[in-house]
Amino acid sequence: MALPNKPIGEIPAVVDPEIVEHDVDVLIVGGGMAACGTAFEIKKWAPADMKITLVDKAAMERSGAVAQGLSAINTYIGENPIENYVKMVRNDLMGIVREDLIYDLGRHVDDSVHLFEEWGLPIWKKDDAGHTLNGAVGKAKAKTLPEGGQPVRTGKWQIMINGESYKCIVAEPAKKALGEENCLERIFIVKLLLDKNKENTIAGAVGFSTRENKVHVFKCKVMSVCCGGAVNIFRPRSTGEGKGRAWYPVWNAGSTYTMCAQVGATLTMMENRFTPARFKDGYGPVGAWFLLFKGKVQNGNGEFYAGSDASKEELKNFMPYGASAVTPTCLRNHLMINEMKEGRGPIFMATDVALNSFLDAKKAEGMDEKALKKYWKELESEAWEDFLDMSVGQAGLWAGMDIEPEKVGSEIMPTEPYMLGSHSGCCGIWCSGPDEDWVPTVDGPRSHQYKWGYNRMTTVNGLFTAGDGVGASGHKFSSGSHAEGRIIAKQMVKYVKDNEGFTPELSQTAQELADEVYAPVKLFHEFSGASTAVDVNPNYVKPSGLMMRLMKATDEYGGGVATYYMTSGKLLNICLDLLRMMREDAAKMAAGDLHELLRCWENYHRIWCVETHIRHIEFRKESRFPGFYYRSDFPTVDDENWRCFVNSSFDPKSEEWKCEKVPCINIIETEPWI
Amino acid sequence: MPSYVDPSKCDGCKGGDKTACMYICPNDLMVLNAEEMRAYNQEPDACWECYSCVKICPQGAIAVRGYSDFVPLGGQVHPMRSSDSIMWTVKFRNGNVKRFKFPIRTTAEGAANAYEGSTGADLSNELLFNETALKTPDADKMAK
Repeated sequence: MALPNKPIGEIPAVVDPEIVEHDVDVLIVGGGMAACGTAFEIKKWAPADMKITLVDKAAMERSGAVAQGLSAINTYIGENPIENYVKMVRNDLMGIVREDLIYDLGRHVDDSVHLFEEWGLPIWKKDDAGHTLNGAVGKAKAKTLPEGGQPVRTGKWQIMINGESYKCIVAEPAKKALGEENCLERIFIVKLLLDKNKENTIAGAVGFSTRENKVHVFKCKVMSVCCGGAVNIFRPRSTGEGKGRAWYPVWNAGSTYTMCAQVGATLTMMENRFTPARFKDGYGPVGAWFLLFKGKVQNGNGEFYAGSDASKEELKNFMPYGASAVTPTCLRNHLMINEMKEGRGPIFMATDVALNSFLDAKKAEGMDEKALKKYWKELESEAWEDFLDMSVGQAGLWAGMDIEPEKVGSEIMPTEPYMLGSHSGCCGIWCSGPDEDWVPTVDGPRSHQYKWGYNRMTTVNGLFTAGDGVGASGHKFSSGSHAEGRIIAKQMVKYVKDNEGFTPELSQTAQELADEVYAPVKLFHEFSGASTAVDVNPNYVKPSGLMMRLMKATDEYGGGVATYYMTSGKLLNICLDLLRMMREDAAKMAAGDLHELLRCWENYHRIWCVETHIRHIEFRKESRFPGFYYRSDFPTVDDENWRCFVNSSFDPKSEEWKCEKVPCINIIETEPWI
Repeated sequence: MPSYVDPSKCDGCKGGDKTACMYICPNDLMVLNAEEMRAYNQEPDACWECYSCVKICPQGAIAVRGYSDFVPLGGQVHPMRSSDSIMWTVKFRNGNVKRFKFPIRTTAEGAANAYEGSTGADLSNELLFNETALKTPDADKMAK
């Protein structure tokens, strides 16, 4: 019998990879919605000889958070005043947001949605009689959105789509605009590089191919980093195969935050997290059930607790945020968690009640049996499509459980925590707002300012971000991320033009960089013979093992599901100690093949990213987002002392962290608050 | 397993440069074993069940078996994707079957206008290349 100490995987990693050097003007890191927006827009502004390259660790057709598809576009302003959009986001995120960034996004987002429609994304429409038409029929029979066609609104900001191919449709013109030859897929950028001569200025990045033994070293004059949020950073509720069934895409490894922070980009609101309440285990979306089907949640006693007097009383503890007609997401979780902790679980989405009330209403209107049958088929199809467009695994769970939503409700539950900046969360990087008069002028370093010349530039010269990357401005979703990617495209061209004399120079040689990137491979080759089992070795750890260690530490000490999201200063400091050792041990991760090398670097990004999260929660001495996390030592929202941003910066030279309070300025009126 | 490959149908995309499932998987899970000329999911517990591999496989060789830690056996959800629509077959544990068909695209593949050759007007303002008006907050709605 052969001993099992051989590398796993199909593409073994070699100790000395080939080195490929690239000299470009613009480097776009990432390939999701934001990066596709950048790729589409940038050639409209760039001179013909500007060299622009996009690097995606996957294939653009199915990469990023929209890879699987979506059943709705959650940000379409339409007839609403943009000021109201700002107010909604501000309230949902408990008051601490960058209103300049949110307003700016609101004024561009619809243009991206109009492009999606033109490119072929089926958008549901209303006909003249108010009936719903699916996206294909809507295209044939109704006007387009810019012509005044009426989308099917579920809430004030959301519109329904047939979005299985959403990402394919958006990636196609992005690739075409940039040129296929300028889109490098299956290359994972793992580290950004500062300029050797010019202080605080981006000069390049290094990564590796997941298909061949090659390290890629890029020099560039300007860069965008849009690689999504962070997933599998806390122990998930399903720890076996279901670990992959994360709510947010499991391939989001916190790379955006880690890579930008490591070169000194100031972060903001990293204490914010998102623990969405979703259908249990399958993590299927609940938005359409709440908004389109008017579903309600029941506790274990069959009570619709959210509208109860007790709930209304509880929300009064969180004013003005609790007063709005749409309760902030974290507070909705808070009410649900209270029910669960009091033993009044499980919490059910009453899908049966919701669907049958539609049928009963039609019956009452006198709809005949045949028409009713047709109506039901449409309703049933809409209900299933919501899952099939964006969370097929949930449909698979219903199929395995014999669940018919018209007959029985389904359990919902808050998930493990995620970090992101584009959904109902707002952690990310502190960026300049637009250079316009209505954006506040603030004295001090960039980490306190609202604008420093280039919209969405981080505090590092030449480093831009969008989508999940931009902090303190959530609720962009897919459409807003695309629009934000377009915004930075123009800004990056402007930056290159304004800095024409700049020639980037790296401080490390390409070989030094390659050695660093391939360190886990060297470690594997040096020591794999020291044990008869390839995964158990005194000289190294495998990335899968270190990931479990990370998730255990955050879950138990950082306010994961194990403690109903409760933590404290004491627990957080234990967590930081564990993370410090994990960061050290990350240098002992070993990779025998290229897939494992990918996992090593992703985990390294995860560990760093989580550390920023824990540092921020520790610094903020209150519980700003009840329902997302709680501090037992500071259990309330403390507006008097903490209605401010927490910004943090890592100094790449001294390797020290600095957390600080930064004033939060209201740009849009606060009376009325909503 | 989440996604799994039927060895009787998979032909390894005949060893071409781009094994379809390997090309498309967003999480680098699908790989080709060149000796067997068959693909497989190398890390099932990192599978999002996004179905990208199932949808793209030219042989219809890939399907999904629900996550072993919470999905009872016997059900299956399987798509047939064409250029303009997708047909889903949902087979329940109890044997019931439902089918749903949805549009996925209203234009031909490759037809999306990339606006090549279009140029923006003024690099110094915040307008995107095809926008003509730029809003700013209404003075009456601004904080005092």
